[in-house]
Amino acid sequence: MLPIDPEPLVELRGITKRFGHLVANDGVDLTIRRGEVHALLGENGAGKTTLMRILYGLTTPDAGDIVVDGRPIVIRSPRDAIAAGIGMVTQHFSLVRPMTVAENLALGRSSFRYDEAAARARARDASVRYGISVDPGRRVGDLSVGEQQRVEILKALARDCRVLVLDEPTAVLVPQEVTALFATLERLVADGLGVVFISHKLGEVRAISDRVSVLRKGALVGTAAGATDERELARMMVGRPMTDLARRGDAPIDVDRPLLRVRDLRVTGAGVDALRSVSFDIAPGEILGVAGVSGNGQTELVDVLAGMRRPEAGSIRVGDTELAGARPSQIIAAGVGRIPEDRHASLVPDLSVAVNLVLERIDDFGGWARLDERRIRAHAAGLIERYAIRARPDDRLATLSGGNVQKVLLARVLSRDPRVVVVSQPTRGLDVGATEYVRSELLARRQAGSAVLLVSEDLDELLALSDRVIVLYEGQIVGEMRAEEADPERLGMLMAGRAADHDGRAA
Amino acid sequence: MTLGIRSVRAPRWRTLALSTPGLVLTALLITFLLTAGPIAIAGGNPLSAYAEFLVVPLTSRFSILEVLVTATPLLLTGTAVALAFRGGYWNIGAEGQLLVGAIMAAAIGQVAGLPQILAIPLMILGGAIGGALWALGPALLRVRFGIDEVVTTLLLNPVALLLVNALLHGPWRDPVSGFPESPRIVESAEFPQLLERSRLHLGFGVAILIVAAVGYVVGRTPAGLRLRAVGLSPHGAKFAGIDVGRTLLFTALVSGAIAGIAGVGEVAGIQYRLTSGLSPGFGYTGIVVATLGALSMPGVTLAALLLGDLAVGASSAGRALGIPSQLGAVVQATLLLVTIALLAIRRNRLVGSAIAPDAAGVAADAVAADMAVSPVEADEASR
Repeated sequence: MLPIDPEPLVELRGITKRFGHLVANDGVDLTIRRGEVHALLGENGAGKTTLMRILYGLTTPDAGDIVVDGRPIVIRSPRDAIAAGIGMVTQHFSLVRPMTVAENLALGRSSFRYDEAAARARARDASVRYGISVDPGRRVGDLSVGEQQRVEILKALARDCRVLVLDEPTAVLVPQEVTALFATLERLVADGLGVVFISHKLGEVRAISDRVSVLRKGALVGTAAGATDERELARMMVGRPMTDLARRGDAPIDVDRPLLRVRDLRVTGAGVDALRSVSFDIAPGEILGVAGVSGNGQTELVDVLAGMRRPEAGSIRVGDTELAGARPSQIIAAGVGRIPEDRHASLVPDLSVAVNLVLERIDDFGGWARLDERRIRAHAAGLIERYAIRARPDDRLATLSGGNVQKVLLARVLSRDPRVVVVSQPTRGLDVGATEYVRSELLARRQAGSAVLLVSEDLDELLALSDRVIVLYEGQIVGEMRAEEADPERLGMLMAGRAADHDGRAA
Repeated sequence: MTLGIRSVRAPRWRTLALSTPGLVLTALLITFLLTAGPIAIAGGNPLSAYAEFLVVPLTSRFSILEVLVTATPLLLTGTAVALAFRGGYWNIGAEGQLLVGAIMAAAIGQVAGLPQILAIPLMILGGAIGGALWALGPALLRVRFGIDEVVTTLLLNPVALLLVNALLHGPWRDPVSGFPESPRIVESAEFPQLLERSRLHLGFGVAILIVAAVGYVVGRTPAGLRLRAVGLSPHGAKFAGIDVGRTLLFTALVSGAIAGIAGVGEVAGIQYRLTSGLSPGFGYTGIVVATLGALSMPGVTLAALLLGDLAVGASSAGRALGIPSQLGAVVQATLLLVTIALLAIRRNRLVGSAIAPDAAGVAADAVAADMAVSPVEADEASR
């Protein structure tokens, strides 16, 4: 590898970006040097992608400067970024699937005529020059994901980029493809390319990067050498748990008589197993937290428990009722309350608040020939008061704020006194007040003796609310521990697929 | 695409123009402005043409009743389509369902010896069953296999017409005249006239009853609430424990049955026999009626009467002003497009403007959930 050039290629200074009241980037400074792989590490929503979208002109920052080769420049669009020598491969490829590789590489070049033979020759030249093998004549739609990624990288390189941003490039690759990608990157870096590598997988980051910058909640925690200890990186990524949310009255939990019993659950999604042989119990009065980087099976687990998806195999028992593959109506009848991460899709936004509150039990509110609208409204008024929802019964649900939508869902579910509660990302996108309220309601359910499954990407929340935590990685439970024994470092390692076998504490 | 959308506080004139009564008047006004040119080119005075299209039909007893006669099948097909669309079932097959209903009516109506009190309910019931049967296949394909009902219901329309022609050129060819018309239905099966010296028949009363019943069921009953929930958000409805497949099937069959009854009315109230020209596209016009009426029953009623008015007016305008009566169709089509545009504006309360793509993304996410069929979903569905 070349000695690292101290002159930075690209410098980001004080980049700030807000979406509404959410701060995606908070005064972030970052430098990218010639010939380095610079990893950008952080949890989901830490602001990694936003920062790089700003660099590539897909998003405009609210404040901050971008400096290329020592000169400040304004990047308004990817066209400006490309002109400044910046290339990016986003998570969703921007390739035209019905077109050939050569045609895709030729797109965006300004010329009046398209000459297929010349385009193929150019594609072959680029392929040889950068050592990335692609077949110019093949249709992109016929290529594997790994091959498509190579086309994307080649597309960026062919536009003479000097800084290449890869947004979670390994998320879609099988291990052999990852190895090949890393070999390619090492070669390119040796030729002086600067690479930004977005990831939340610790092992990969350590394997490939020269430097690592860690983002948490939009702010830069720090920049460290690539060889930094994994546990140190995990701590930087996850932070310290907050401890102010106290759980009152820890009644002894009767683990011998679980309310929810899940055995050998298998779910197949898109050809791969989204869940592999997942088993756990939840006792009455217990909150079981599910930790994991998103996309490791949490969505599938919640969907199956909610009745929105059929498992390929396994058993889900609530009390004595088998619910694997049951319809939502049967699951509701068995006393399972479901609060999934996608609140709006779980309600009918174009119907009123009052109607949404009774949608799970329409038949309780009138005979077949008539809906008792007065009772529906009175019922809604009661729940609005009890759950402090800022809305009127006849308001269209879609007009409510995110926090109030979540409270509507919470009210619909919890007012029925469910024996089992399945809840995912309960406070995502909520303001502080609503967050606190939702958490206290979940703790109240625990107090009332329900079995609660809590999926959350917010580790602070997970550790504060849960009695026990399991970690999902690639569809499997890779660790289980009592919440008070769990520390963010260890969780971060497990979540990043580093089963802590070298110290034998987890797995 | 970088077309940005952002929501704005609507000025007062816009709120007024987009209220339901305001919308109808606004649509008519814009339509008038847009069609004035073509009418002038055709050699007519736009103002007098409009008076002829819309006002003159309402000035004599005879033509008012003709408006109601013309509106009768439109009330029914409009209701059938509106009901289906409310339930998220895109039934484009009202035309075929109407024809099969008409076949059933002609078959039952030919049976001699039935007293009126039996013959008429039997015909209506038979027509409803015929329409529902014609709707059954596409509905099952949709619910079981997810096959797009827009295509299947549409493609069954010409099949129904072929069925009518097969009957008229085969077993039902008029034995006396040899024309491709079915034998006349017996007298006891004819719908009675509602008023002396007019063509207004029982079917109009039946149509009004059905419009009112559908309005009640959709708005006030558990079944109607399920139907609306499925139509607005199939995922949200399924999540709440509603059997989406069964609700769609129910919606499709009731929609088909109502369209079938429209066919009964034309056979038993107007033609007294099955003819191949029985329906000049009542089923397709039903889609226009449902859309113009914003899928609400008062809206459908108003739209059916308006289109009836326009149809009667257009045919007399041709004679009175010497302009082609096809201009009526031009006005009708323009009115449809204008109304769709106004409904879209009202639905989204959005204006187009080019702003930063990220903000557009956030805004689009925010409104995606707000819209029954958002561009995002439509985009995903088409992939």
